[in-house]
Amino acid sequence: MPEITIISGKGGTGKTSLTAAFAHLAQNHVICDLDVDAPDLHLLLDPEHEKAEEFYSGHTAVIDRELCTNCGQCLELCRFTAIAQGPEGPTVDPIACEGCKVCVHFCPAQAINWLEDHCGRWYISRTRFGPMVHAQLFPGEENSGKLVALLRERARAITQEGNLDLILSDGAPGLGCPVISSLSGTDLAVIVTEPTPSGVHDLDRVADLCAHFRIPAGVLINKWDLNADQSQAIERLCLKKGLNLVGKLPFDPAFTQAMVQRMVITEFQSEGLADEVKAVWRRIQDLAGLRAAA
Amino acid sequence: MDKIAVSSQGRSLDDQVDPRFGRAAYFIVVDPDTMSFEVLDNGDSRAMAQGAGIQAAEIVADSGAKVVLSGFVGPKAFQALSAAGIKIGQGVDGVTVREAVERYKSGQVSPASRPTKPGHWS
Amino acid sequence: MIVAVASGKGGTGKTTVAASLTKVWAGPVQAVDMDVEEPNLHLFLKPELTGRETARLPVPLADQAKCTACRACAEICQFKAITVLAGYVMTFPDMCHGCGGCTAVCPEGAITEDYRELGEVLWGRSGEIDFLMGRLRIGEAMSPPLMRAVWQRVDRIGDVIVDAPPGVSCPAIAAVWPADVILLVSEPTPFGFHDLKLARAAFAPLDKPMGVVVNRAGLGDEALYEYCRETDLPILLEIPFDRRIAEAYAQGLVIAEARPEYRQGFLDLAGRVRDLAGRVRDLAAAPLLEARHA
Repeated sequence: MPEITIISGKGGTGKTSLTAAFAHLAQNHVICDLDVDAPDLHLLLDPEHEKAEEFYSGHTAVIDRELCTNCGQCLELCRFTAIAQGPEGPTVDPIACEGCKVCVHFCPAQAINWLEDHCGRWYISRTRFGPMVHAQLFPGEENSGKLVALLRERARAITQEGNLDLILSDGAPGLGCPVISSLSGTDLAVIVTEPTPSGVHDLDRVADLCAHFRIPAGVLINKWDLNADQSQAIERLCLKKGLNLVGKLPFDPAFTQAMVQRMVITEFQSEGLADEVKAVWRRIQDLAGLRAAA
Repeated sequence: MDKIAVSSQGRSLDDQVDPRFGRAAYFIVVDPDTMSFEVLDNGDSRAMAQGAGIQAAEIVADSGAKVVLSGFVGPKAFQALSAAGIKIGQGVDGVTVREAVERYKSGQVSPASRPTKPGHWS
Repeated sequence: MIVAVASGKGGTGKTTVAASLTKVWAGPVQAVDMDVEEPNLHLFLKPELTGRETARLPVPLADQAKCTACRACAEICQFKAITVLAGYVMTFPDMCHGCGGCTAVCPEGAITEDYRELGEVLWGRSGEIDFLMGRLRIGEAMSPPLMRAVWQRVDRIGDVIVDAPPGVSCPAIAAVWPADVILLVSEPTPFGFHDLKLARAAFAPLDKPMGVVVNRAGLGDEALYEYCRETDLPILLEIPFDRRIAEAYAQGLVIAEARPEYRQGFLDLAGRVRDLAGRVRDLAAAPLLEARHA
């Protein structure tokens, strides 16, 4: 099942705005917002929820005041400084709790409860561009990648049921658990970058991540004209690392103007930047083997 | 012949092989000589944030199966199954559980020496 | 005083603000880059690095000869980092969270501690500024353990300015947790506004004074400002959208230095941050003052 995942390493490069435009241009596809920590794609795609499900992952330790004998064993054992001595006895800080269960296991009074974490909610929705799978982790929750994996699984099920041709995903920024979970087994990663020292530096790292997990990657340089020299440096980096350059887009306030109107760039204009975005999408499709040879 | 565990999307021999090992819905453990089978629920693995493949490997190992048939098996599950001496047949998705077992019996599936996909968190 | 510069959304200008704030800060200050997945602060402060160390996490090493396959380790481990399969004990060090549970629970003493490499901690100086950062090993999924290692090296003699990772899940919380005051950097676009709300919800339980820096003001709409008014979130600085700032950033320059017309804004920000942090401390100190005057 062809799957294209748009990632960025560094945040703020335009990944989500571009994914939204590709969602407009693609045919017969399902859209996935895998940035479950700070999802933004729904702000442009305006999904109507068809199904909402609660998401549970991991556990938190909670000390039962009645049973606790104040022996202090849990304080000594916790390696995450999640247990502190309060005036009424030890308490677990749910934010710091790693969910390792060591205190629960070793408490001589069996005074620690092991409660499932309600971490977030996920949705299957309808949008003007097609079906969408997305989620919101509640603030402060651990983003282990499990919710990302669940969304991708649902997206695969939808493509099979609906006889669709493509899963298009907006990935998470960075390169930890959620990004790794977004990338595993995908057919093509498209890395959106910008010609700044941060953009180049982060591209290097996320490209290495793709290589580490053997994911083919393409690169899109956004706002290239903010620094033509850096942009060229990125092109040289792509050559050196065997990354395909899928395109360069100039800096254009139209992007933000479209966003403020809750439109994608290819709806907002019919030429200029929109044309360039269409050309980029054609190259991405070629790279992913999605278009018949012209 | 040794018992065979097939990752499955459903609870019968006529259900489709689940292409994923770690997060498969069920394992159907088949006695290839009689085609009698038992169904193992893989819900515990699916519920895990990480390590689903390892949990699934434990379930399969506990069942006494000596062969696994699936679409793809990640490297941790692969490592776990191999250590337990369980043979692994990959790329056997797109067919029913029954057909997968028949293919194995007729020698069309060769056990893999390495996992098909690189490590992942899903 | 510890100041955390955070943001719900990536790319809003956290590093831009942290770099400039550090440069204008009066008194001894340490700049800490806690975005260990994609550290960028060093690209702007350009420190001379004087030291580095490899950060490691304890992971289990099991001795098959001593193992009786009792499965106590497999049962306590929440992360599938150790298990017993067909009589063999197996470890998966990548999955380990370093809780020490298996080592503690094994009745045969068959488990000792080995290590997994998390990444590096690096330090140095940029002029008068002390500098500290972490850099996650490619393929390492977890940020918080490395972030904890970076914290070990934080020097509390002067003030500390932390460049936090973006988002609102556990890495962002881990960076912001020790702070006395949190700066939320946002932009007045729908994405920036949406993620500011997430950030405020995520950090609210930490009970720290929070202030907002609006970057790229003018490129967006009024919704963010209304929200700040309604929720009593003080706006401590507005940086207008200015292509010359974007270009200076693309050159790796610190805005307060490259565009001197903005220097005063950052000086004012520093003063307002001190006030915001100080307000809380004054309240805490008030009873002591009264007692002395009695």
